[in-house]
Amino acid sequence: MLRFIARRLLETIPVLFIIVTATFFMIRFVPGGPFTAEKAVTPEVMRNLERAYNLDKPLWRQYAGYLGKVVFHGDLGPSFKYPNRTVNEIIADKLPVSLELGALSLAIALAVGLTLGVLAAIKRNTWIDYLCSSVAMIGICVPTFVLGPLLVLTLAIHYGWFNASGWYGPIDRILPSLTLGCVYAAYVARLTRGGMLEVLNQDYIRTARAKGASEVRVIFRHALRGGLLPVVSFLGPAIAGILTGSFVIETIFQIPGLGREFVNSAFNRDYTLVLGTVILYATLLIGLNLVVDIVQVWLNPKLKFE
Amino acid sequence: MLSRLTLPLAVALLLSSGCAQKDPALTAGSGGNPTPRKVLHFGNGTEPQDIDPAIVTGSPEYRLLQTFSEGLVSEDPDMQIIPGAAERWEISPDGLTYTFHLRADGKWSNGDPVTAQDFVATYQRMLNPVLACQYAYMLYNHVVGAKAFYDGQTTDFSTVALKARDARTLVVTLMQPAPFLLHAMNHYAWYPVHIATVKKFGGLTQRSTAWTRPENYVGNGPYVLKKWIPNQIIVAERSPTYWDRARVKIDEIDLYPIELADTEERMFRTGQLDVTNEVPLTKLAVYRREHPESVHVDPYNGVYFYRFNVQRKPFDDVRVRRALALAIDRESLVKNVTLADETPAYNFIPQNLLGYRSEHTFKADLTEARRLLAEAGYPDGRGFPRADLLYNTLEKHKTIAEALQQMWLKNLGLNITLVNEEWKVYIDDQHSRNFQFQRAGWIADYIDPHVFFDLWETGGGNNDSNWGNAEYDRLLHSALGAPNNRARFAIYQKMEKILIDEMPVLPLFNYTRARLISPRVKGFYSTPLDNYPWKYADIVP
Repeated sequence: MLRFIARRLLETIPVLFIIVTATFFMIRFVPGGPFTAEKAVTPEVMRNLERAYNLDKPLWRQYAGYLGKVVFHGDLGPSFKYPNRTVNEIIADKLPVSLELGALSLAIALAVGLTLGVLAAIKRNTWIDYLCSSVAMIGICVPTFVLGPLLVLTLAIHYGWFNASGWYGPIDRILPSLTLGCVYAAYVARLTRGGMLEVLNQDYIRTARAKGASEVRVIFRHALRGGLLPVVSFLGPAIAGILTGSFVIETIFQIPGLGREFVNSAFNRDYTLVLGTVILYATLLIGLNLVVDIVQVWLNPKLKFE
Repeated sequence: MLSRLTLPLAVALLLSSGCAQKDPALTAGSGGNPTPRKVLHFGNGTEPQDIDPAIVTGSPEYRLLQTFSEGLVSEDPDMQIIPGAAERWEISPDGLTYTFHLRADGKWSNGDPVTAQDFVATYQRMLNPVLACQYAYMLYNHVVGAKAFYDGQTTDFSTVALKARDARTLVVTLMQPAPFLLHAMNHYAWYPVHIATVKKFGGLTQRSTAWTRPENYVGNGPYVLKKWIPNQIIVAERSPTYWDRARVKIDEIDLYPIELADTEERMFRTGQLDVTNEVPLTKLAVYRREHPESVHVDPYNGVYFYRFNVQRKPFDDVRVRRALALAIDRESLVKNVTLADETPAYNFIPQNLLGYRSEHTFKADLTEARRLLAEAGYPDGRGFPRADLLYNTLEKHKTIAEALQQMWLKNLGLNITLVNEEWKVYIDDQHSRNFQFQRAGWIADYIDPHVFFDLWETGGGNNDSNWGNAEYDRLLHSALGAPNNRARFAIYQKMEKILIDEMPVLPLFNYTRARLISPRVKGFYSTPLDNYPWKYADIVP
């Protein structure tokens, strides 16, 4: 297993390198730059700005310089848009917020999603199944930018239990986590139901029942392990998405998370911030996919590390 | 199952009982102080880039800078010039030399006196080419020697006519008269910075420094920077050292960077915001009906227009440009599409700017428009080449463009194609003049008709229409030397006539600013520059 992990980690290096290189050049070839503004910057000022940020050097030298700083110093450079902050600082400031929102949403998604999915599977084709599946379907269909404002309208404005937006006290965590969690819960529920149904028809489940195992034991001890496989493969990229923040949720609820920086940096042509967030997101995605592979081998005896 | 589902809600209920803020506008003062602390919750648009006047360019930043700093002069809510860091000033009869006398009680937030040397050092930093300040031209377009220093022809700042005669006297000498200079000086390009602090945290020529962080920042404005959590809140607290502190009534201003008008409106309804930056257009009518006391719509010093590229067919023909301009029902546009009481624009300069009223306007005239189009060779739109109208991707611009597209089709038989682009791509195409005609807007940096006339100088940095007129340019420069505003405005009337005749741009309407303002907030409204001086605002319980 250690060899498997080591090999996978080594494979990560060229992948990251390609992602960074492609992003670096792609963002440079997009029309407009960090200082493109409605009020034209005079040519003299533009020259000085480009000098101040080394943009006057040949592109390959800028690239080499950037890569050198990132690899040897872990320095992602200063932000173009927010000059008094570095990209490292912005990520250090905002990632914990996104992590908190992500962890809470994930907890809600798993608690609600797994319960609904398992219930729907064991009560297949009964009204419970139909109810759970419908709830999940609604969760998938209703986008966050509808659910979020709806929750605010009822719980914050009508009942006055919450702030309408912001990220100030513990109470402000509830509405955004609930909104984001519900959507993921819906996916988790549907995947769990599908996975469980497949497993419940397997021979080893019949064997377990035949030797007299209780229904609870059959479900939780034997079936759930296999039934969760599709959920686990979904969770890898989903967790990466949740942890790096959700642009929509963060905008609706005014949350100082990384998702908004990730999206807005591209609009602002904030070259360094785009690269910094892409590197972070790519690393998370690759890392979590590795974790998913390990968990899958552990859950599914038919798979082996190789 | 149900219990699982309702669990988060139950937790929510439990937590909410004690936590949700109900009345944040007036919070009790600390230490048993019986007078309530006045806190204003203000929606400030987007997250500010920075609060260094040499770095920033946007309007959320403008509001912050005039919260934390003060220039030599200031403007009252009616946009009249009032004393700021300078208690008085003299202007030489030729209009070239300005002598400012700084007040004796002017202090920085760390207690240091505000001196004329502070201003000189600030301007020296601003003009340093290595810092690459985007608004440096606000200085070097006017001040003797400043351009040469900025261009690196000299490194000797004593050649620049910005001099501290003594600690309390600042003398500025101009290359040519600039009758609007005092208004321009209320722009943050002229605001002072505390040089010792800038030096301490990274130096004078560094763009990326920490001097503007709350723990380091020193300013000379009515408020001090207490807290700044990016993308969340900026807390401004009444300055104990500001010279006019007796007039400052609100103890604390919390400025929230909120991008979505809908989010703002929801925060306004829960009492989290007292003043919003915008109002969702779809809700404006409802608010007017049900809460008219909260809706405030004020004129904004800017114009929404379409810019022609006069070197591209078919807009190289002035008759086509005029035909398009005359065939629009602007009254219907502002009433049914833009919705926020904008004023239809029949000339290019917002009316009543410092008392300037244009004598030359055009009016909608379908017969004339059709005649002009036929004369240009396109009777009833026949044979009209493909014409692309470029706008940046935003719902508002799209609906306006669609309304006009319909008007031109119905009134002139023209098929205009609408093309939208992401903001920076669109700006890039504008500056490289890669368009036939495009949506545009212009918000003035300071109050004076000059700002708008200056735009259309031949080859001007923001002209972008490829239009130019030698007589127009001559008038623009001669206006600056006019002995008084009356003479100057008479010259502007002639320039306005040239603009109307040649129509390089098609004015549509003058902007307004719509806000939701809580009735608790007294005295506050949106000034034409949206730079309301905080010291005139108050909160009543």
